[in-house]
Amino acid sequence: MIARQLEAKGIATICMSSARSITASVNPPRAVYLDFPLGHTAGKAEDLAGQRHVMIDTLRALETIQVPGTIVPLKYRWSDDDEWKETAMRPRKDETGRKVTSDDRTARLDTPQYQLDADRDEADPNCPTCVFPEA
Amino acid sequence: MSEPVDYIERTRSQYDALGYPPYGWVKNEDSPPFTPLAKALDRAKVGLICSGGIYSRGQIAFHFKDDISYRKVPMRAPAHELRVTHFAYDLRDARKDPAVVYPGKTLAALADAGAIGSVADNAYTFMGGIYSSRKVREKLAPALVAECVRDEVDVVVLVPV
Repeated sequence: MIARQLEAKGIATICMSSARSITASVNPPRAVYLDFPLGHTAGKAEDLAGQRHVMIDTLRALETIQVPGTIVPLKYRWSDDDEWKETAMRPRKDETGRKVTSDDRTARLDTPQYQLDADRDEADPNCPTCVFPEA
Repeated sequence: MSEPVDYIERTRSQYDALGYPPYGWVKNEDSPPFTPLAKALDRAKVGLICSGGIYSRGQIAFHFKDDISYRKVPMRAPAHELRVTHFAYDLRDARKDPAVVYPGKTLAALADAGAIGSVADNAYTFMGGIYSSRKVREKLAPALVAECVRDEVDVVVLVPV
């Protein structure tokens, strides 16, 4: 949605996605698909060379895509097997092997959620770089 | 490459099993707006927009319920200044190395190497997982677009989590 509005204002965009069905539904102007677990779209932790390759290929797709709505799959694989795909958002099994369906996401609290308690104390209540468009 | 994980299908079955009403994914069937690249990448100024709940030390963190606010984060912020909180994905690697969801330093390194012209001083981050697509369309997206126009970027890389 943001990419579409940017393109309408004359700014070229490329979306990096690890959720191809969602990206296909939203249908952004240009996208690359990375077959990585959610939360790792730009590569593996502390793999600078890998992250750099992913970004170079992403920018190359930006140059080559000519048809609006194209999703270019990049060639990277997360691991030799695709075991991670089995567990992503699938019911887990408890100790007895029984399937457990639960919502393991964090509750949707409407107060700021700090990574570290110290961040709360350091946060500037008048933060000039925090923007609240609704206000 | 094996089949992509179909998160729409998995969300549907998870919500179903939990007795939640189905999630309403945004579906755009029209052809998206499209701006050809105006200049070669090695002369282009590149911006970055990421969802996924990234903020930097000293900023107010995001909350988890339809938060449409955003943060200006220095593109070259060192990893130890960056924080990540989110309700829906595994944060362990993102906290170890924020570049996996916030590739600011990756873009900055490419600018330093001359592969792209330059990077904007700031990237923009927000939470995502906003149930109201109307609020995103009418409030958040136009505000981010205005920032990118002010920054005079030629290209924006978007990283939705």
